Amino acid sequence: MSNKQTLVVIGNGMVGQHFLASLVASPVKDQYHIVTFCEEPRPAYDRVHLSSFFTGTSAKELSLVEDGFFEQHDITLHLGDKAATIDRTAKTVTSSKGICIAYDKLVLATGSYPFVPPVAGHDRAQCLVYRTIEDLEAMAAAAKTGKVGTVVGGGLLGLEAAKALKDLGLETHIVEFAPRLMAVQLDEAGGAMLRRKIEQLGVIVHTGKNTSLITDGEQCVNKMCFADGEELETDIVLFSAGIRPRDELARACGLEVGQRGGIVIDNDCKTSDADIYAIGECALWNGMIYGLVAPGYAMARTVVANLEGNFYSSFRGADMSTKLKLMGVDVASIGDAHARSQGALVYSYQNDANEVYKRLVVSEDKKYLLGAVLVGEASGYSTLLQYCLNGIELPENPEALILPHRSDESVGLGPDALPASAIICSCYNVSKGKLCTAIEAGCTTVDALKTSTQAATGCGGCSALLKSVLNSELAKQGVEVNTDLCEHFAYTRQELHALVRVEQIKSFSDLLAKHGKGLGCEICKPTVGSILASQWNEHILEKDHLGLQDTNDNFLANMQKDGTYSVVPRITGGEISPDMLIALGQVGKKYKLYTKITGGQRVDLFGATLEQLPLIWQELIAAGFESGHAYGKSLRTVKSCVGSSWCRYGVDDSVSLAIELENRYKGLRSPHKIKMAVSGCTRECAEAQGKDVGIIATENGWNLYVCGNGGMKPRHADLFATALDKETLIKTIDRFLSFYVRTADRLQRTSVWMENMEGGLDYLKSVIIDDKLGLAEQLEQQMQTVIDTYQCEWKTTIEDESKLKRFHHFINSDATDDNVVFVEERGQIRPARDDERKHFNLVEVA
Amino acid sequence: MQWTDVCSVSDLQENSGVCALVNGLQVAIFYLPADEHGVYAIGNYDPIGKANVLSRGIIGDIKGHKVVASPLYKQHFDLQTGTCLEDEWVTVPVYACQIEGGRVQVDTRLIAPLRQLIETSTNAQQEGVSA
Ligand SMILES: Cc1cc2nc3c(=O)[nH]c(=O)nc-3n(C[C@H](O)[C@H](O)[C@H](O)COP(=O)(O)OP(=O)(O)OC[C@H]3O[C@@H](n4cnc5c(N)ncnc54)[C@H](O)[C@@H]3O)c2cc1C
Ligand code: SF4
Ligand code: SF4
Repeated sequence: MSNKQTLVVIGNGMVGQHFLASLVASPVKDQYHIVTFCEEPRPAYDRVHLSSFFTGTSAKELSLVEDGFFEQHDITLHLGDKAATIDRTAKTVTSSKGICIAYDKLVLATGSYPFVPPVAGHDRAQCLVYRTIEDLEAMAAAAKTGKVGTVVGGGLLGLEAAKALKDLGLETHIVEFAPRLMAVQLDEAGGAMLRRKIEQLGVIVHTGKNTSLITDGEQCVNKMCFADGEELETDIVLFSAGIRPRDELARACGLEVGQRGGIVIDNDCKTSDADIYAIGECALWNGMIYGLVAPGYAMARTVVANLEGNFYSSFRGADMSTKLKLMGVDVASIGDAHARSQGALVYSYQNDANEVYKRLVVSEDKKYLLGAVLVGEASGYSTLLQYCLNGIELPENPEALILPHRSDESVGLGPDALPASAIICSCYNVSKGKLCTAIEAGCTTVDALKTSTQAATGCGGCSALLKSVLNSELAKQGVEVNTDLCEHFAYTRQELHALVRVEQIKSFSDLLAKHGKGLGCEICKPTVGSILASQWNEHILEKDHLGLQDTNDNFLANMQKDGTYSVVPRITGGEISPDMLIALGQVGKKYKLYTKITGGQRVDLFGATLEQLPLIWQELIAAGFESGHAYGKSLRTVKSCVGSSWCRYGVDDSVSLAIELENRYKGLRSPHKIKMAVSGCTRECAEAQGKDVGIIATENGWNLYVCGNGGMKPRHADLFATALDKETLIKTIDRFLSFYVRTADRLQRTSVWMENMEGGLDYLKSVIIDDKLGLAEQLEQQMQTVIDTYQCEWKTTIEDESKLKRFHHFINSDATDDNVVFVEERGQIRPARDDERKHFNLVEVA
Repeated sequence: MQWTDVCSVSDLQENSGVCALVNGLQVAIFYLPADEHGVYAIGNYDPIGKANVLSRGIIGDIKGHKVVASPLYKQHFDLQTGTCLEDEWVTVPVYACQIEGGRVQVDTRLIAPLRQLIETSTNAQQEGVSA
């Protein structure tokens, strides 16, 4: 037997897991045999992002535990087993299943439970809470039969729960006892602005309501009766009226607990028993329960430090500032939001037209920021938070920090102004100093920095700041961040786009003569070709543009490994009639092409030689097909599910919309390929959330998602706007795409484009939806030009003798390329492998 | 020189390439009207991608070398020496090529670095540089 001590952790929630992860990263782990009890049927998961469960994130994706974590670190996990009693004299823990473990050290990480007010009828059917995955499953089940859902409690969590009900397609109400929403974090004006925004989203808000009884409803399962005599019929009642620490175990074994609950801990996170610690939402420090994850993580790290014998690293309270997106509305609250400090001065800015409310609370001498409230626009959050947390002196006119500014002025706090101790990532407690050390050690990309320090991998709120710290450090080290497109142009793609637009440049040679040097190369030529096309949309095989195109564009088909091409006709929305399908099959058969269905719901025909391309297209065009632009960096497909025309669950006609969108944007040249999809309901069969532009039908209109992608580095799309009518939807996509085409780097998918944008998604919304840069009209016009000048590139090509001349392998002979050799496999052709070339069995080229 | 007549200048694509069959060899011919030499010819076979595709690559210059980028995997081949810029051990044949009276001519005997050829022929005006 080893002489290891036993350490037992009760609760494997967010904080319990963070404790385990911090412990196994520390050398003291070798001194302990670690055991943990997990009451829930699955190990720790991300409760903070719980609501994303409704937008398609699976329980597995929410997990905070890497596969094999417990085995690898030799941690005994008792899953689905609850610690039932603690015997402090015998130093044992006994579980519901009867397992009894003797401990040397015990850590309580039991979290909290949702408080359900003792209203008569609170335990009726479909009266639910919002804390675990099981709770969510119960909600989803109840939503299937119900039509109306009501959240009791208009705090942070209540609003999030309301969003979930809304996403489930229910008529949604919020009932709040206080006179305003988010009373803890917001002042009156902020609460009022938030209310207006939320009501616009179709949620009905009732404030100042005291529920006195829940009973049988007439139209709905339940009826809520309020103290003022009013009533509300609802199927689901979702309690979100605050949390209560789970201190029952501690109480029963005589540990000290607070008057209103919570296990009392000191600065080392020790309870009244020196061998027992408590961390997370069950712990009461200095009379406070922290209902946020970051303070819990700080407590977890304190305990690890304490076990290491590092008694200086104690818990000293935590900042309760928060920034969140509630139903698409940005809300942030920092420090003393209510201006309760002595002598505090307030600056506020209210813009009813744009629905923005901002408030700064500063010290009497106007030198320091004490608190802030932001509603409707919270991009200044991280800057303000840094001012507040680090006691950085404010600029002379603090109001500039909340007044709207033009995009070219920067009022942000430069990373250089921050002290090394400034905490950049509060989820993982990463300071600027720590980032700088990692950068010096060679982490020179955002990804490397994230991996090595974990910064920006929690809530992600700090990623913009992280990037600017990185850039400024690199600049200091003399590492030049070269953004030139290539050796021929000392400009970024975005700058070149502006030059082309402003100077009305129409050819590569003009642009090169005016702003570049040398002959160009395979990087700048296609880039400029694409810019010219998105601006002027001339046929890409015009003499001036011809040498610019990548080979795929150059022959309007996709080159395969043996130099032959594949052909992809457009099949809008993936809808194709039997006749068209037969026509396609006949062409494939006649030219002996290999046929395969693509991921974008079309048919790819492989193995066409150069000379066959025009012949094939002649037949395809005669049959009614047009170019699918699969060869270009351009809109590929708008995938769709079958939608409300056929599907039992369909809410709207996804196919018609997909066809309309594909016809609208076909031929649009862009920095990289663009994929779209439309699903007829939230079951999401078209996988729209994995696309650059994804649309999902809901009862209230179309929900628009942007910047997702599959491929090498999949990214889930972000919800951009909700409940749109078709006209607004199309307008928004017009602007979004035009802005992308204008400002993205070469070969930058929308996801990376957005992630690299300062201000990220919020900034993008302000430009596209709120028209912050005043560009909207231009962007729409730019798109209209492209739409108006659309041509099927293949149709134009086969009608023009001079363009056809190039479609021969040899300029001076009708012979074909003898290096192109096919063999047969499963009844179709494929290119011969090297080892087969010397053998027989070769199929003649047509 | 043993010039073989290939095609007319009007068959070429400005600032781009075509492929010609010359004495049984696949030759990629690139036409840069603004350039001092005007035309360049190299083998059409891409030894890395193992396909006859170089005539379909984009032409340009990299650090002063005139190059074509393979349309398959984007390696650059020097139009004057045939060397692959990414891997100097990989080369493609370079042929002499000229425009004469509106016709394009190639000498397929000369599998030698073109730069050397040009220097020799302009300096000494001598015929037939051996391989
Ligand atoms: C919908 C939602 C959104 C949120 N959003 C945010 C946010 O945006 N930002 C933020 O900072 N915080 C947010 N929070 C709060 C955050 O999730 C909590 O602060 C965090 O989960 C606390 O971690 P914990 O480990 O203390 O508790 P928990 O995560 O609740 O874990 C406690 C675990 O212990 C188990 N347990 C309890 N008793 C026993 C026992 N006797 N034996 C065995 N196991 C036991 C419980 O079943 C539970 O699994 C949100 C919470 C919810 C529900
Ligand atoms: S997304 Fe909805 S409408 Fe479309 S096929 Fe799936 S279930 Fe049907
Ligand atoms: S996944 Fe790879 S092999 Fe398959 S088509 Fe894409 S690039 Fe080719």
